[in-house]
Amino acid sequence: MELVLFWVFAAICIGGAINLLAQKHPINSALSLVVVMASLAVEYLLLGAEFVAAVQVIIYAGAIMVLFIFVIMLLNAGEEPHGGKTSLVAKLVGLPALGILAVMLVWALTAQAGGSVAVAGAEPGPPQVIARLLFNDFLLPFEVTSVLVLIAIMGAVVLAAPLQPHHAAKILAAQAGEGGQS
Amino acid sequence: MTPNEISYSHILPEVVLSVFGMLIMLAEPMLGERASRKPLGYLAFFGTLAAGAATLYQAQYPGFAFWHMVHVDAFSTFFHLLVIGVAAVVILSSLDYVEEETVHAGEYYGLVLLGAVGMCLMSSAVELVLIFVALEISSIATYVLTGIRRKNAAGAESALKYFLLGSFATAFFLFGVAMMYGATGSTDIPNIALTLAKGSIPGLVYVGMALMFVGLGFKIASAPFHVWTPDVYEGAPAPIVGFMSTAPKAAVFAVMLRIILQTGAPGWLYLIWGSAALSMTLGNLGALLQTNVKRMLAYSSIAQAGYILVAFTAAPQEATSAVMFYMLCYAAMNVGAFAVITFYSGKDERRVHLEDFAGLGATNPLLALTLTIFLLSLIGIPLTGGFLAKFYVFQVALKANMVWLTIIGVLNSAVAAYYYLRLVVAMYMKPAPEGAVRVAAPLPMKIALLAAAALTLYLGIVPTGVLSYTTEAAAQLLTAPAVKVVTGQ
Repeated sequence: MELVLFWVFAAICIGGAINLLAQKHPINSALSLVVVMASLAVEYLLLGAEFVAAVQVIIYAGAIMVLFIFVIMLLNAGEEPHGGKTSLVAKLVGLPALGILAVMLVWALTAQAGGSVAVAGAEPGPPQVIARLLFNDFLLPFEVTSVLVLIAIMGAVVLAAPLQPHHAAKILAAQAGEGGQS
Repeated sequence: MTPNEISYSHILPEVVLSVFGMLIMLAEPMLGERASRKPLGYLAFFGTLAAGAATLYQAQYPGFAFWHMVHVDAFSTFFHLLVIGVAAVVILSSLDYVEEETVHAGEYYGLVLLGAVGMCLMSSAVELVLIFVALEISSIATYVLTGIRRKNAAGAESALKYFLLGSFATAFFLFGVAMMYGATGSTDIPNIALTLAKGSIPGLVYVGMALMFVGLGFKIASAPFHVWTPDVYEGAPAPIVGFMSTAPKAAVFAVMLRIILQTGAPGWLYLIWGSAALSMTLGNLGALLQTNVKRMLAYSSIAQAGYILVAFTAAPQEATSAVMFYMLCYAAMNVGAFAVITFYSGKDERRVHLEDFAGLGATNPLLALTLTIFLLSLIGIPLTGGFLAKFYVFQVALKANMVWLTIIGVLNSAVAAYYYLRLVVAMYMKPAPEGAVRVAAPLPMKIALLAAAALTLYLGIVPTGVLSYTTEAAAQLLTAPAVKVVTGQ
């Protein structure tokens, strides 16, 4: 039963991912992403990782998707022009590479069948186990993520924040100086 | 000291760099609206000096910390000093550039320091999850720095291109990590090595290794993952190109050395062989056609990544030592070359074409002389670091019977001489055009240039000290480290 459910939701997940790429309207793509996220959550649940499944629903299917949809609506994004010419490189190199990757994956997974490796300490489990891992073994990556978030905030400020009046004046002055020189 | 505890001395340089990065962000609003932003630059430079001192202090306490997440040894110390040194030179050479080109001086210096945090962590991390987070820190910092010139269309284009392709590549790396975890049950590199050494290698490991190579290959701009390089280097601010063509690459090479050599790396030899040959050939042929000096150096950096990859085909210890030495030489000469370009290109980087450099030897002797040293070293002329680095790489490759790869490499070095020398010829043999500018380098820029030039010559003339250090570091890297026991259960 669980195996059947696993394959069903795996198929739904992949179908959603393909639909995400195929849709022309950003809202349709975003909604396909919800399908992907939700079916992934089911897969986690089937694998016994209840905590990760719950987090997946709350954060990805919930919070992040709402943000996505808000942004799309605020930007008033319309239908994307699709199609046109596909690049020759993509056809000649990309598709064979995709094929090779798929064959490699299938080969690797079938060669693996029967003798799957027992994963030490990876037994999915209750939040206590995850908490103990997160605040002991994985404390450093967890803390260092704060630097990552800080950099992302700085990036948003640098690339997107509106320029202050005195900044604009400086840029204008620089451009005027340049015009005078050339 | 047990490996399973919090030990700040093992991440001290990273802590120091983060603290200075944040101090700069706090200090910027205190400066007046129209005040010079140079004090921030000096604060950042002081931060790199402090981080360098912290690295030397840290080197006295080798070993694991944070539950086998980081390992301090001569290898990590070397790459820490390399990254921090590059950051210091870049900050010195940016002081005047930042005044003219960007309104985000605080973020500029802050991002350089915080990006260096990620690069430093990559060189001491022995766990794939931490490596991934550190790689993201360094990558996102460079994406933002690429686009920091807000009003420059080429800058915005290159930042977007770099960001999209870079995220794609990081996804490959992460996917590879997941495969490795699936195959070996661990993300800890010594543990993976132990599992692989024990018995038959599952097919999944090959897939994981290949995917990780795609992700890392993108970051070092090796062919066939190099397509982004010329456009991004052309649009990014010149000092930042000097930074991102050396420091993150050094960190990624450190990661590759750890992953490939410690795990024994099934299947990587063919990937590396192909990628090295392609990088050298495509990089050098591409560079022949360029007239924009930044684009030319972009292709040259692809080729240089290829030379470094050649070293990976050698025996582990020699390979490590050769890669470390080459990386140090490459960092000195490339950062130096971009410092010259930063300074000479002028406002809005208008003088970056080959003809703009005509007659530089007469108008700006110091700039021309230092640039010549860097270019000769990039070609690999004796008495420069570049010569010994190349010699050493090809020697260890030959020892490992990589005859064809060495032949390809040597032929490529000959081709490369043409485009580097073209620039030297333009500087010394062509008359300066009408109205050539004579620019006086300010003191920090002079210090940065002379330091890079001195290091390039030093490595070419008395390399023994550095070489014995890299040999020692290689030995330390390859002695089997203790294996971690997961405590979560």
